[in-house]
Amino acid sequence: MFLNVKTAVAAIALSAMAGGAFARDLVINFDDLNPGPKKGFDDAVALFQKENPDINVIVNNNDREAHKTAIRNFLTADAPDVTSWYPGNRMAPFVDAGLFQPIDDVWEENGFKEDLAAIMPTMSRDGKIWGVPYSYYQWGIYYRKDIFDLLELEEPQTWDELLAACGKMKANGVTPFTIGTKFLWTAAGVFDYLNLRTNGYDVHNALTAGEIKYTDPRIKATFTNWETLINECGFVDNHASMSWQDAIAPFANGDAAMYVMGNFSVDGYKNAGLTEDQIDFMPFPTIDASIPGAEEAPADAFFIPTNAKNVEDAKKFLAFVARPDVQTQWNKTIGQLPINSKADISDDKFIQEGFALLNGAAGLAQFYDRDAPAEMAKAGMEGFQEFMLDTSKMDAILERLDTVQEEVYK
Amino acid sequence: MTHAVAPNSSVPDRPSWLKRNKLAVAPWIFLIPALIFFAIYVVIPIFQSLWLSLYEWNGLYTADGESTATWVGFQNYAKLWDDPNFWTSLRNNLAWLILYMLAVPLGLFIALFLNQTVTGMRFYKSMFFFPFVISQVVVGLIFGWFYNPDFGVVGTVWKAMFCEETVNILGNATFTCARPVPDILSSPEWATYGIIAAGLWPQIAYCMILYLTGLNNVSADQIEAARLDGAKGWKMLWYVVVPQLKPATFIAIVVTVIGALRSFDMIAIMTQGGPFGSTNVLSHYMYEVAISEYGERYGYGSSVATVLFGIMLIFISYFLWQMYQDEKGLR
Repeated sequence: MFLNVKTAVAAIALSAMAGGAFARDLVINFDDLNPGPKKGFDDAVALFQKENPDINVIVNNNDREAHKTAIRNFLTADAPDVTSWYPGNRMAPFVDAGLFQPIDDVWEENGFKEDLAAIMPTMSRDGKIWGVPYSYYQWGIYYRKDIFDLLELEEPQTWDELLAACGKMKANGVTPFTIGTKFLWTAAGVFDYLNLRTNGYDVHNALTAGEIKYTDPRIKATFTNWETLINECGFVDNHASMSWQDAIAPFANGDAAMYVMGNFSVDGYKNAGLTEDQIDFMPFPTIDASIPGAEEAPADAFFIPTNAKNVEDAKKFLAFVARPDVQTQWNKTIGQLPINSKADISDDKFIQEGFALLNGAAGLAQFYDRDAPAEMAKAGMEGFQEFMLDTSKMDAILERLDTVQEEVYK
Repeated sequence: MTHAVAPNSSVPDRPSWLKRNKLAVAPWIFLIPALIFFAIYVVIPIFQSLWLSLYEWNGLYTADGESTATWVGFQNYAKLWDDPNFWTSLRNNLAWLILYMLAVPLGLFIALFLNQTVTGMRFYKSMFFFPFVISQVVVGLIFGWFYNPDFGVVGTVWKAMFCEETVNILGNATFTCARPVPDILSSPEWATYGIIAAGLWPQIAYCMILYLTGLNNVSADQIEAARLDGAKGWKMLWYVVVPQLKPATFIAIVVTVIGALRSFDMIAIMTQGGPFGSTNVLSHYMYEVAISEYGERYGYGSSVATVLFGIMLIFISYFLWQMYQDEKGLR
């Protein structure tokens, strides 16, 4: 027993020494163990390793939820050289505590300011750029094409067309929208789109930055539209006890025809037995034609902690993950969109439509719970869920959100 | 050599301090490991938590390892006073405390019912005890499915009564209901009671097992004497059996109060405090504001913890005082 421990210790010590002897270590913490994303990341790392044989890449891949907790410790205690994290307000606490380092030089030297221009505002805080994104995906309405065909419906382009289509669905016993709000964030997707279409990108940002109140007439207009959507279209019953995956069931069964969702959900539809001919994607219809269409497109990114030991190679890796060919391959594997405008996309129809949509977008929102601070996001999303269950409580909810807002952004 | 013996000879007459106090010291030596760990993992964190509740802190350290906390004094407590979610949690805690107490009489009645000699009684007893053996998380999951309006028992029964099976536009089977299926865990009015009902299931089993052991010690002579005096039924139970079960009742109440106050697992599993915070209790709300994904307000979470600790302290001191009184009576 003792002997075993001894040899183990010796082996570890030896390997650590050997590692240090022949190469520079580059420690990367990543946060997705799902088969697709893991493969995309592993392939990219393998390619990086091949191109840089003098760097010894050490990967710690953790579960997404565990990573969210772990990062709060390891940034101070045992910082890797590169870590995955989210841009927007999600990176704000770490930037403010001085735990990430600015990497404007990486953007400057590699021409990312042109190639990744659309995402630059989201990656910036306090006038500096903090990370490099490797992937994002579009949000919109996924719908049952077979139901639309049966009812002879076209993709609605405007609010009125959407309401008319809903009327026809309801007359035929189809619930227009499915959703599962148990974990709250799905409702935020609907709110974001209604707000982006009613008021536009700037109001979305001003709201999540705490610059306008929830009782502001513009936000009230968003909620009034939401009330219309609930009354004239309607969501499935019992949505508050379903997760987003549970909500696929009525969609797959044909009881509901549309789903406001992100592109990651396509796998879920296919697993539920739907084929590509049965489902399709459309952008959320316009409400006010004078407002340029902005979209939700949450991005995933890499950051360099302040306590990183090998900053030089970390920057090399960040430059590498944003390279067009790397982003092309990576996003083909994980079924998402590359952010580098010079990258190619796969011929998957949802990716194609998403790419066209996001390229034409006037602005890219990250998502309510990434753009707003955590405390505000939590209260806001609870308010959205409450509103969806009982629209008559609108004023009380908005006033409560105002009090929370005052507290959060003081 | 000879004169060296003289000073030594006095030693056996006067034993060392340790030897003299052997009886007093020995228990402390055995207690030390437990005391050290109790201090590190329980006592010191209590004071740290009290201290932290006077700060505003998002749980982060700077790159140099310095805390980013800022001193806010009693502001966190002032915020609690105006926080509707806090009051909802407190109200739910109260509902838990009151309704959880049902476990004590129900446990007693099941124990009385099972306290007979029938073939296979051990099997029935273990079946009744079963919910206490399985994890609270599992109980929460089972009840979550039980209440599920789509595929749960509640939904299935309701559909059989009020819904008819039809065919939807694509020819798949579906249900149209005269009245919508009740969605207990998503209803702000009923969700808390739904979770309490789930929590009662294992708690009744716990009380039952306490009473079963208590019933073993009920003196047969007294029962016999009471019977000779003509006592039976409720009177026998209330005046003869229940007083003898007092120790069991005391423990049952203690574990039920503590169980009610620390109800966390089931809420976390069944509703996560939802819909919109209406099933939160203090322990879950503390978790939510301090360490959940949308929380990260450690100071505020600590102030919730402090309030919960204060409430528990009232009960705990009462119980300790009670136990002390009982022990004094025995001496």
